[in-house]
Parts: sequence; structure tokens; C-alpha cells
Amino acid sequence: MELISLAVKAIFIENIVLAFFLGMCSFLALSKKVETASGLGLAVVFVLAITAPLNWLIHHFLLRDGALAWTGVPALMGLDLSFLNFIVFIAVIASAVQLVEMTLDKYFPPLYNALGIFLPLITVNCSILGGSLFMVERRYTLAESAVFGFSSGFGFFLAIVALAAIRKKIRYSHIPDGLKGLGMTFIMTGLMAIGFLCFSGISL
Amino acid sequence: MAKTKDILLDPLSDNNPITIQILGICSALAVTVKMETSAVMCIALTAVLTLSNFIMSLLRKVTPGRIRMIVEMAVIASLVIVADQFLRAFLFDISRQLSVFVGLIITNCIVMGRAEAFAMQNPPLPSLLDGFGNAMGYSAVLLTVASIREILGSGTWFGYALMPSGYMGNGLALLAPGAFIIIGLIIWAQRTIIKKFEVD
Repeated sequence: MELISLAVKAIFIENIVLAFFLGMCSFLALSKKVETASGLGLAVVFVLAITAPLNWLIHHFLLRDGALAWTGVPALMGLDLSFLNFIVFIAVIASAVQLVEMTLDKYFPPLYNALGIFLPLITVNCSILGGSLFMVERRYTLAESAVFGFSSGFGFFLAIVALAAIRKKIRYSHIPDGLKGLGMTFIMTGLMAIGFLCFSGISL
Repeated sequence: MAKTKDILLDPLSDNNPITIQILGICSALAVTVKMETSAVMCIALTAVLTLSNFIMSLLRKVTPGRIRMIVEMAVIASLVIVADQFLRAFLFDISRQLSVFVGLIITNCIVMGRAEAFAMQNPPLPSLLDGFGNAMGYSAVLLTVASIREILGSGTWFGYALMPSGYMGNGLALLAPGAFIIIGLIIWAQRTIIKKFEVD
């Protein structure tokens, strides 16, 4: 039950794009068409669901304060390597993306073709690293971080597909020159975020 | 000399990283609730961007093309770790408020984007200036957004009361949607002034 409530919170109430502004760059750049938007959205769900639990394991058993106690080596007992979090997480994310790419290419070619260029781009998507950093900061357990990773990704997917659909419609409207493109997109995102605020009363 | 000036001043307005190049928006919005946090964020980003551009430019001849992304990532991540540890040591409260967003400078597109687009092709000194200029362009937008949000939202600026005492804070400016709409309006204003339009 707690996990469901965590999922609802990550998808709707604290949507990773609309409430925390993570993954904004690709959110704005790739939301012109619904097809590309859903491709990127799927890739984010996929990678976030894998990297959050993976980074949890690494943080828990290698990096956090006293994490190396299981080795039994006295010199390693009191070691706090958590300052290495950033660089290790980004390396894990980059290699996870590479692995996912190779696996998909070999076993699920249709999905690989659908995701195409978006997979490598995911490495520098703030939402992926942000997911891992939030997971550390909020002290999630392994199950919680897996659920959090997946539902944050799903929240991103929902938001980007919705924005792409709106942008498709808005192409036929008359808007001031200076507002075309980025400016309008920002204002629409703001309105969407107001919409998502309505969910904030929900608690399970 | 004119070129050096261009490198430094261009990103402030005509080629602003946020409003024109659409880079580094992720962190730009999240930390702008208060002037204090955004000012610290700007300083951290300026330090990281200037140094990373300088270092990448020094390394540009010895870095093989195929692994340059990894090298860039390693340089940026190390600089961000230094910045983060520094903030934790000297400005602990603000580092708490910035939470994960200092770490997210690593995936801030400006840093990576400038390393790719400028530092890999240019000598160290212009790269340093380019990094600094872009950081200034970023800071200009960030501080503007933060000023508007803090003044409208809490009636203060850097914590000093600015509005008359009866002023009721506008809660929307403090929430996420407010940031989106404010930055949308800033982009509109700026693009209208410099007449640089996007064909959608």
C-alpha cells in the first residue's frame, strides 16, 4: 500500500518534470511530435526503472558511510565514500544506458528501432541522475527506489506526451512572433503544472 | 580584441544559453524561489563552467574523439564534487536548500554543450571567456526569475522586506507553475527586443 501511494506521489503529485523541473531540456526539445515524445518517454521509463535500484545497491553496499563493513577488512570499516556518489552514479547511468541499448538491439529490435537516437541521449537527461540523487536523499529502501524510479519515469512519459499533443494543436493558432516556440511551450507547461497541482490533495 | 568582447558578451543577450540556446533549464527553475539560493547556484555554475571549459580546451588535442564524452563527464563530475563539498563545508544551510540541484550541474546541458560546441575547437583562453560569458548569461536569467518570484511571492528581496507590510504574497509565484510562466514571459520579452524569432 505504501508503495502504491509512493507511485501515485511520484507520477502525479510530485511529477519529476512539472514539480521538480528535471529533464526539462529534452522535455522541451523533443516534444514537437507525439511519436518522438513517446519514444523518449519510453526510454526514460526504461532507464530510470533500471538505474534507480542499481544505484541504490551501489550506494548501499559500496559508497555510504560504513557501507564497506561487509568486507570485514578493518581499514575499510569506517570509510565514507559518499562524496563519490556523483561520479559513480553518472558512470553507472552511462554504462546502464549502453547495456540497455545493446540488449535491446540483440533481443528486441523493434523496440530498439523505435527508441533509436533517444537512448544515448538519456545519459545526460537530468531526470535520470536526479532520480538517483533523490533516492539517496530521501533514504528509500530497495523496493521503494525501484517503484520510485519506474513511476518517475512514467510521470515524465505522461507529461511529455501530453505536451506534444498540445503543441501539435497549437501550431494552427495565431500567437505573437516572440512567443512562438519556446516561450509558448513554457507557458503551456506552466498551465499543465497548475493542472497537476490539483492532485496534491490526494493521499492514499 | 573585438572578437574577445564578442565571446564574452554574446551569451548575455543575443545568444543567451537559456532563452535562445535552450540549455540548462532544468536547474534554472528549481532554485529560483529565493535570491539567496539562486545567487549561490550561479556562483557554483560559473566556477564549474569556466573551469571545465578551460580544462577541456587544454585536453582537446590529447583526447581521442571516440571517448571525448566520457572525458568531459569525468572532468565535469570531478569539478561538481569539489563545488558540492565546498558548499557543504562553508555554506551548509544553503547547500541543504539546494539539495540535489548542485549535483545536477553535472547533467546541466550548458556545461556539456559548451564543452562540445566551443572548448573542443578553441584555445584555452577564449574557452575560459566563453565559459564565463555563458555562465553570466545563465546567471542573468536566473537572477531575474528569482527576483520576480521572491518579490511577488514573499514580498522580499535577498530576505529584506521590499513590499509594504500589508502585502499578501502571491503563492503561485513560489510554486512550480509560476516559474514556468515567468520564464515564458521573459523569453517573450527578450525575443521581441532582440527580434530573434523561432519558426515553429
